[in-house]
Amino acid sequence: MSRLVKAAYAALVYLFLYTPIAVLIAFSFNDSKYGASWRGFTLKWYDALAQDAALLDAALNSLLVAALAATAATALGTLAAVALHQYRFRGRRLTQTCLFVTMMSPDIVMGVSLLVLFVSLGLTPGFLTLLLAHVTFCLPFVAVTVFSRLAGFDPHLVEAAQDLGAGEFDTFRLVILPMLMPAVAAGWLLSFTLSMDDVIVSFFTTGPTFEVLPLRIYSMVKVGVKPVVNALSAILVGATVVIVLTSHLLLGEKK
Amino acid sequence: MAARPSDRSLFRTLAVGGVMAWLLVFVAAPNLLVLGASLASRGEAEFLALPLSLHSYGHLLSPLFAGVFADSFVLAAGTTLLCLVVGYPFAYILARLPRARLPKARPLLLLLVIIPFWTNSLIRTYALVFILKTEGLLNDLLLGLGLASEPLSLLYTDTAVFVGLTYTLLPFMILPLYASIEKLDERLLEAARDLGASRPRVFWRITVPLTAPGIAAGCMLVFLPSFCLFYIPDILGGAKTLLVGNFIKNQFLSARDWPLGSAASMLLTAVMALLAVVRLKLSPLAGEKVRR
Repeated sequence: MSRLVKAAYAALVYLFLYTPIAVLIAFSFNDSKYGASWRGFTLKWYDALAQDAALLDAALNSLLVAALAATAATALGTLAAVALHQYRFRGRRLTQTCLFVTMMSPDIVMGVSLLVLFVSLGLTPGFLTLLLAHVTFCLPFVAVTVFSRLAGFDPHLVEAAQDLGAGEFDTFRLVILPMLMPAVAAGWLLSFTLSMDDVIVSFFTTGPTFEVLPLRIYSMVKVGVKPVVNALSAILVGATVVIVLTSHLLLGEKK
Repeated sequence: MAARPSDRSLFRTLAVGGVMAWLLVFVAAPNLLVLGASLASRGEAEFLALPLSLHSYGHLLSPLFAGVFADSFVLAAGTTLLCLVVGYPFAYILARLPRARLPKARPLLLLLVIIPFWTNSLIRTYALVFILKTEGLLNDLLLGLGLASEPLSLLYTDTAVFVGLTYTLLPFMILPLYASIEKLDERLLEAARDLGASRPRVFWRITVPLTAPGIAAGCMLVFLPSFCLFYIPDILGGAKTLLVGNFIKNQFLSARDWPLGSAASMLLTAVMALLAVVRLKLSPLAGEKVRR
C-alpha cells in the first residue's frame, strides 16, 4: 500500500466517524426549526435549552448520579483491584468471574436482571435503584484500569513498607494509593462518562420520579429532529472531549 | 508508624468482604433471579407466578421470536464483519505509523478514535439522522454529484439500522485491534519475508494469528451490543426492524410477559458465555499456530 492510499483510507474513516457529529453541532447554531437548510447563525437554541426546566432537571439528576456512582465505583473498584493483586483469598476466582461477567454482559441483560432484583426486594425504581445499578456497571472498569497500573508496579515497595512496620491499611494508604492516583482518577472519569452516557441500564432501573438526561433525550429524539437536543448534544460532545483529554493526560504521564 | 496487628486483618477483611458482598448482591443474585424468572409462569397480578416450567423457552422457538432472533443475528453478524473489514486496515495503518518520522501523529490520531468511543452513542445515533434523512446531507451529495436523480429514502429502513450499528460500534472494534497490532513484533514479519513468504502469506499466517486476541475482543465488543441497542432501530429504523433488545424491552414494558423477556435475556447470556469460551480458546491457539 502506498503512503497516499493509506492516508486517504484513514481520512475516509475519520470522515465517517466525525461528519455526523460535526453536522449535528453545526445545526445547533442554525436559525431554522427543521434543520433542512442553513438559515444563518443563532444561539437561540442554547437560550431555549437554558429555559427548559424539565431538561435541566434531568441534567442535574444525571450529574448527581454520575458523580455519586463514579465515587462509589472508584472506591469499590480500587479495593477490588488491590485485593485481587495483593491478596490470596477464598472467593478470588468468583470475584474475578463476577467482574468479567459484569463487563461483558450486554447492557440489556444487566438492566433486566437488576430490575428483577429490585422488584424482588420491593424497591421502587428511582434514584436509589439507579445509583446502585450505575455503581455496579462502573465497578469493573475501575478495577481493570487500576489493576493494569498495579501490574506494572514494583512489589518491593510494598515489602519495604511492611518491613518498616506498616500494616496493610497503612501500606495501602501511604504507599499503594498515592502511586495509583492517576489510574484512580482516570477510573473515576471513565465511570462518570459511562454513567452519563448509559441509556439501556437506566431505562430499566429508574422510574418516573427520577428522570435522567439520556432517557429524556431518548424520548425526545424518537419523534425526530429537535434543535434544543442539537444544542444539548453539542455541549455534551464538548464535555466528552474535555474528559477524554483529562484522562489521557492522567494516564499518559506514566508511559 | 508501628504496625497494629488488628489493622492487617481488618483492612483486608473489609476490602475483600465489601467487594465480594457487592458483587454477590448486584451481579450473582440478579443473574440467578433472571434464570428463576425465565422458568416462572406469567401471573395475573404479580409479574411472576408458579408453577415453574420451560414454557417461555418453548415460546422462544415460535416463528415470531425465531424471526426476530434471525434478523437480529444477521444484523449483528453483518455489523461485526463490516466493522472488522473497515477497522482492521485502519487500526493497522494507525498502529504501524513510522514512529521516528511522525512521533506526535500517532497519539493524536488515536485520541481521535477514543473521542467517539467515549461520546454518548445515543447522540451519535441521533447525529446520523441529519445525514440520512430525505433532505439530509447524503442525499444532497448524491443529487449534487448526479448519482441519484431523486432523493432516496434512507432513514427508517433496515439499511439505516445497519449503518447506525456500524457507526456506533466501529470504535469498539478499532481500539482492541489497535492494541494487539501495536504489540506485533516487526522482526517476525521480516523473518517470514526473508524466508520467502509472500505478503498475503505473511498476513494470513503471521499477522492474523498473532492479532487474533484483538480480533476476538473487537468482535465480541461489537457482536453482543448489536443484539441489544434497542434505541438504534427506534431512532433510525422502520416499524418492522426488531433487535432481540427491542423484543426484551417490549416484554418487560408493554407486553408485561416477564418470563418470556427473562428467557430471551438468558439466551443472550448464553451467547455471551459461548463467545467468552471461543475467545479463551482462541488466545493460546494463536501462539501455537505461529510456533508450528
